This record gives sequence, structure tokens and C-alpha cells, in this order.
Amino acid sequence: MSVSTSPRPAGLAPAPAPFLDVRDLRVHFPTEDGLVSAVDGVSFTLEKGRTLGIVGESGSGKSVTSLALLGLHKGTRAQVSGEIWLEGRELVALPETEMRALRGRTVSMIFQDPLSALHPFFTVGSQIAEAYRVHHKVSKKEARDRAVEMLRRVGIPQPERRVRDYPHQFSGGMRQRAMIAMSLVCDPALLIADEPTTALDVTVQAQILDLIRDLREEFGSAVVIITHDLGVVSDVADDILVMYGGRRIEYGTSREVLTQPQHPYTWGLLQSMPHLTGDVGERLNPIPGTPPSPINRPDGCSFHPRCACKGWVPQGRCTVERPELRPVAGAAGHFTACHLTDAARQEIRGGTGLTEERGTGTTRAAR
Amino acid sequence: MFRYLVRRLLAAALIMLVITTITFFVFFALPSDPALLACGKTCSPSRLAEIKHSLGLDQGYLTQYWEFLKGLFAGRDFGDQSVRIHCGAPCLGVSFQTDTPVLTTLLSDFPADLSLGLGAAVAFLVLGVGLGTVAAVRRGRAADKAAVGLALFGVSVQIYFIGLLLLYLFVDKFQILPASGYTSITEDPAGWFKGLILPWTTLVIVYLAMYTRLSRSSMLEVFAEDYMRTARAKGLPAATVVLKHGLRAAITPIITIFGMDVGSLIGGSAVITESVFGINGIGKLAVDSVQNSDLPVILGTTLFAASFVVLANVVVDLVYGLVDPRVRLA
Repeated sequence: MSVSTSPRPAGLAPAPAPFLDVRDLRVHFPTEDGLVSAVDGVSFTLEKGRTLGIVGESGSGKSVTSLALLGLHKGTRAQVSGEIWLEGRELVALPETEMRALRGRTVSMIFQDPLSALHPFFTVGSQIAEAYRVHHKVSKKEARDRAVEMLRRVGIPQPERRVRDYPHQFSGGMRQRAMIAMSLVCDPALLIADEPTTALDVTVQAQILDLIRDLREEFGSAVVIITHDLGVVSDVADDILVMYGGRRIEYGTSREVLTQPQHPYTWGLLQSMPHLTGDVGERLNPIPGTPPSPINRPDGCSFHPRCACKGWVPQGRCTVERPELRPVAGAAGHFTACHLTDAARQEIRGGTGLTEERGTGTTRAAR
Repeated sequence: MFRYLVRRLLAAALIMLVITTITFFVFFALPSDPALLACGKTCSPSRLAEIKHSLGLDQGYLTQYWEFLKGLFAGRDFGDQSVRIHCGAPCLGVSFQTDTPVLTTLLSDFPADLSLGLGAAVAFLVLGVGLGTVAAVRRGRAADKAAVGLALFGVSVQIYFIGLLLLYLFVDKFQILPASGYTSITEDPAGWFKGLILPWTTLVIVYLAMYTRLSRSSMLEVFAEDYMRTARAKGLPAATVVLKHGLRAAITPIITIFGMDVGSLIGGSAVITESVFGINGIGKLAVDSVQNSDLPVILGTTLFAASFVVLANVVVDLVYGLVDPRVRLA
């Protein structure tokens, strides 16, 4: 198994251990209906100061992966296997007490819906201060001052006053800022943002992404951003991991994945996205069908029931043999799990017009 | 906030008025005659008329009702030349049976209900929420099954059964406790406590069931909330996550029901417990008054119980406003 695949081309000298190294992560949930394989062998690496975008539909396993990074499956029915190495420590086998010391401090998370992720009965300030006090021996006053400072840093006006407000008194964008302030209060080395902009409108979305980018630059943290929106990752991510049915199907630098997408599913994701330069009357091209059931994954490639290109692969290989993640020819650090040959791919892409110009936001990602 | 309170209290007063009206006229619809009861075996028509007159029953219903309402605000005088009873300003009438003002009886019986109701309520709230929380945390495991089983036992047994069983065991057989009953706390605090242990226990067993189940399900609901995951993601210890973040949210729906229960318990709804343990409380007073067709006492106890339920409602809403910052009282 190609566990050490990394989109960074390996140097001549043995590279130092990456900051975050996830190897063959599997998260399974036993249920009455059978074993749900939410995440099935996911590997990736991430260095400090860089951003990884994990992209996929609902149920592709991206959120479950992020919860595994925080060790939040400990103490639940979930069965987690594989390895998560963070700064030389392995987290999967780490006891809960030690994991707890890392949570919020070394690894922290911005949750999707800030209204439900913040406690409705505690003030925003006390929730931020609590996150600080649990890892630092400081007085209530100091923690509160820290909360005010964090709120100011994420751009909340009049933080001295707003620190006493309850989450319901904040607007949606401000709540997400407060959530970000809370997750950054201990200067985490790894920040996981699970759909941080899904609940927000577009203008606020851009502000929040800018904020995450600024904070990454300021603290030099590593960021994992989880989303179903390729527009978001093209904006902030250095690397992109596309997940489908709990597995990696495409992995590479943002530039590679967005300009030279290899997997039919990635093509579908790109095509189902509106773009500014296109014809207004043009219809979007959604991927047909629904994500596979996590209990009964299709044999072979789990995307094959929805794949328009399986006819290009001879002998129905897609329905019987699962494609492994392989390097893309001529593109260092770009991997895909698909049976299509390069020739077939060239031919199909010529037909769909999926060329470099189609990749939305590539200019930003490439800078 | 102040305006809200005034509005709520005015509404409460209106409800009380409606309750008195209904109670008053339901009484006259009943086929019993309090004058006949008071007259006894050797009753002559002239004596009966005399009693009717002294009780005010010879007047029309509406006149009687009007007199009652007037008495509430102005006080009344009862009796004839021989016995004259004055009943001061919030006059609920004078008992047909004992010739004592109803309010006096109510106030003298009330400490028993207050002790019984409040004591039991505090115990079943704390124990119920505690057990429910343990059950929720240990969901599906032995502790959960034990708590749910205990709760099922609690709803299944009846007060008179568990009460008599406790009396038999602790008072008769092992003689650990003195015969139960109510002693004033100001007279004899130790006696007050000893006399109420068994009645409290009985009420706790019966009420614990509901509170355990309620807090278990409320807790489980809260556990599934996103903010609980956030609390864990911050690195908080499991105990803080459950007891601070979990309980704070899970307790709110329980407060509502608790308020109602306390209101009705101290208003005299623990009548079976009172009679099993020989406590002279409002509940027993109410039952006796119905048996004796003692209209003023029936009215008084009804109004008293109702006022506690209504008051509990207002208090619950106020507390809710304090507990849940999203609720704004207006």
C-alpha cells in the first residue's frame, strides 16, 4: 500500500518526518444494520504553515476523518485503526487523558454550524475563556482578557462588550468568528475547519476564509479545511484530497488537482460548480445518482454506479476491481485511483472541454 | 420584566376567581345538605331552618357567592347572638363543622405540607437527575438498566402499598423510627425530621421514577448536540463536559415539571401520603371537608391548592428566563 504518498516531491535526502502524517486511517462503526466503514484507508501528510483541503460529498468520510484527528471517536463505538502521527506522536493509540491534553491546545477544530456548536446557555466570552483555562493555569480575569483579545483579533467590533453576549445575540458570521476565536485561543499547531463557511452567506464566507488564511500565516499553523465546495479549497488550500465513499480518489497539489483533474468524480465536482465567466443560461452539470451506502459499498470502484466513463475501461473492470491510488504520469505529487488509461482520459477530457480554463479560482490557488 | 410579572399575577388572580366560581356552584349541584348534617339525629324543621339561617344557606346562591367574595376583601361576621365569629379581611369563610375561620385552619395545616412537599421534592429532584445522568452516561450498560428498572419499580408501586410497607418495616418490626407524623420543626427539629423520613421516602420512590426517566432522556438528547462535541474538542475533562455543559442544558425541561410538582405537592396533593402516615395536612383537610359538605373548607382548600399551582407556573416561567438566556420575558 502506498501509505507514504505525498503530493510534495521527495527530495534526495531523507525528508524529515512530516508535521502531520496520517497513514491508512480507518474508522468503522458497528451498527445493527452492519459495519459502516465511514473512512476506509485514508493517508495524507501536512506540513506546518500549509493547508490541506479535503473535498467530498456528504457521507464521503471527511468529517469522520477530522474527528479522528481530534481523537473524538475515543470512548464511542467507533473502531479506529491506522496511524495518525502528529509531531512524532501517534494519536490513534494515545490514551484519552493524553489526547485530552492535546485537544483544543495542539489540535483544535472549527465546527460547521456555529449556532449549534456553541453552547446556548453560556456567554461567548465564557466559552472562549473556558477553552483557554482548561490548558493554562490562569485566573478567570486573565482568561477573560484573553477572550476579549481573541474576539478583537477575529474582527468582532467592541469585543469588551460582546464578550458578555450569548451566541444567539451574534449574527451568523460573528458566531463563526467567535467559534474561530475559541479554536485559536490556545494557538493550536493544527487547525481543522469542518465546512467553516457552509452556514454563511457568500460575502461573509470570503471574510472567514481570509481570516483563516491570515491566521495560518500569523501562527504558522497547519490547516485542514473540510468542504464539499471546490471554490473554497481553490481559495485557500495548498493540497487537495478528494474523498469518495471513505477513500481517497484523488490527491495532489491544488494546482494539479484543479487544472489537471484525473478522476471522473473530480471532473463531476468541477462541472457541477457555477463559474463567473460562463454563460448565465448554461445549466450546471450535477453528478447523477447519490453517494453510496456506507454499509454496502459497490464492488470494484465505489464510484462506478455513477460514473459516466466506465465504458472506457474494458471488460467492466470498474465493477469488479477496486482501483488503487497511483501516481499520475508526468505530474509529480499527483495521485488518482481510477482504471482509466491516460489515453482514454485525454480523449474524454477533450470531449467535455474540461481544460485548464475550466478550473475555477486556479489563479488564486496558484499564487 | 416588572410589567410581565404584573400581567402574570393579574392573570393568576383571574384564574383564581374562575376556580372559586366553579367550585362554589358545583357544590350546590351536589345532593348533600350541610345543614341537615349539622342538625344531627334529633332534627326538627324549626331547628333545621335555624341552622340554615346561621350558616347563611337560606339565602340565594348568588347572594351567598357575593357574600363570599365580599368577605375575601372586607372580612365577615358569622353566627347569631350566642356565638359571634369574626373572620378577618382575606376571609375564606368559617367552617360549618368547627366554626373556625378556614384560613386559620389552612395556615395551621400548611407547614406540614410545606415540610412534606419541599423535603421530598428536593430529594427526588437531586436523586432523579443524578440517577438519570448516570443512566445516560452509561447508556445501555448495567448502571443504566438498573436505574431504568428502579424507575419502573417506582411507577408501578402505589403510595399506600409502599407507605404501609415502610411503616411496617421501620416502625413496627425493627422499631428504628418512631410512629410517623408531623411535629413542628420549631418545637422539635429532630422529631420533625424523624417523623417525616418515611413519608419523604415514599414520595421520593414514587416521583423518582419520572425524574430519572425524564433526566435520562433529556441528557441523551443533549449528548447528541453539537455543543457537547465542541466541549470535548476544547479538551475539557469528561466530568466537566457532562456536569457543566450537559446538565446545564438538560435541566431546563425538568425545571418546568418540577415547578408544577412542587406547587401541587405543597398545595395538598400528597393526600394519600398524608393519610397513610397520619399527617394532618391540606390534602386530608380537603378530603374531610368534602365528606362533611363543609363548603367554606372545600372552597378554601381548592383555592389554596390552585393558588400554589398557578404561582408555581409563574415562578417556573421566571426561573426559565434566568436559566435560558434565549428566553425573554415580555
